[in-house]
Amino acid sequence: MATPKPRVKVPAKAAKGEVVTIKTLISHEMESGQRKDKDGKTIPRQIINKFTCTFNGQPVFWCDMAPAISANPYLEFTAKVMESGTFTFTWLDDNGSVYTAENKIAVE
Amino acid sequence: MKLKIVVPLALGILATGLAAAGLRADPVDDRLVIDGEREIPTRAKAPEGHPFDEVVSGWLYRTEETRALQADSFQNPGMLYVERGAEVWNTVEGAAGKSCASCHGDAAQSMKGVGAKYPKWNEAAGKPFNLELQVDACRKGNMQAEPYKFDSADQKAVVTYIKHQSLGAPVGVDLAKGKMQSWWDRGKDLYYTRTGQLNLSCASCHEQNNGKYIRADHLSQGNVNGFPAYRLKDANIVSLHGRLRGCVRDTRAEMPKGFSDELMALEVYVTWRSTGLVVETPAVRH
Repeated sequence: MATPKPRVKVPAKAAKGEVVTIKTLISHEMESGQRKDKDGKTIPRQIINKFTCTFNGQPVFWCDMAPAISANPYLEFTAKVMESGTFTFTWLDDNGSVYTAENKIAVE
Repeated sequence: MKLKIVVPLALGILATGLAAAGLRADPVDDRLVIDGEREIPTRAKAPEGHPFDEVVSGWLYRTEETRALQADSFQNPGMLYVERGAEVWNTVEGAAGKSCASCHGDAAQSMKGVGAKYPKWNEAAGKPFNLELQVDACRKGNMQAEPYKFDSADQKAVVTYIKHQSLGAPVGVDLAKGKMQSWWDRGKDLYYTRTGQLNLSCASCHEQNNGKYIRADHLSQGNVNGFPAYRLKDANIVSLHGRLRGCVRDTRAEMPKGFSDELMALEVYVTWRSTGLVVETPAVRH
């Protein structure tokens, strides 16, 4: 599969103290390690096992993921923004790869 | 005050009762509006000679959650494959050192409305071509690249990308060109022919029983305007011939080969059956 690509939707602007909805999606097969190929051999597990979101360096939301999460994991969460800044998102792959995305938000 | 609380409860129980009693759940009444901006019609009057009065999009047979996925271009998992298709479009492949973009430039311009007209008659090959065959012909003839293996990830991605440039365009097959009519005739024959241990034809499910459930699947009319479609059960984009082969496999018959004459004839016919609807690629189905 091609390199997993993240997509993130963060509003461009928000009012101070507003709760914004953040949507994230990453293309990833999330191979559970339970499937067998046509020769009967188990296809090895390879999933995104951790997702983190920070805002101006402060943690906002993070979670560990397990093989039950299906392919192309979609995560949606809210955050209360008090100042302008940058959201940083990271996805950690079982194989050690880290995929990242960044989105700025202007808060007045 | 008491009345206010009692009435909604009663309605709630009544509604649940009705839903539980019915093994038939007709398509819902809902409007597909993508990102709150772009309305995609999902019902239309059927063309002349069509067995139905109305053609109905498969979208209307899905659950609320599935319908919502297609209505949001961010959440629609099929869009990941559109993005991948854009990458493939711009990637140089083959001895000629070209990418699709080298000749076709920006697909949003050059491919607008193009996908909606497939399958179309190809005089040189003497048979109908779908988008996949056309892409392979370009790869071989113009890029000096290998044609794709059937249902390879890149093939599905680039075809999804091209078809997506026709989003909202009416589905239409030109039966007047070449021998298209005879392929339509053959496709129609195949549509009504029972196959497999289970002895089912396409019509058994999609014409005679659409709206009913087969086990846990809600049968649609079997329209093809959303292909390649993201199927939740595959967690992957699925091509039309991939699905047609799957349907035949489900009757427990030998599957015809992808792009075989049999499947091309069927594609011509079922695309005609979807006339009235518009391209929804990438649709989201169960």
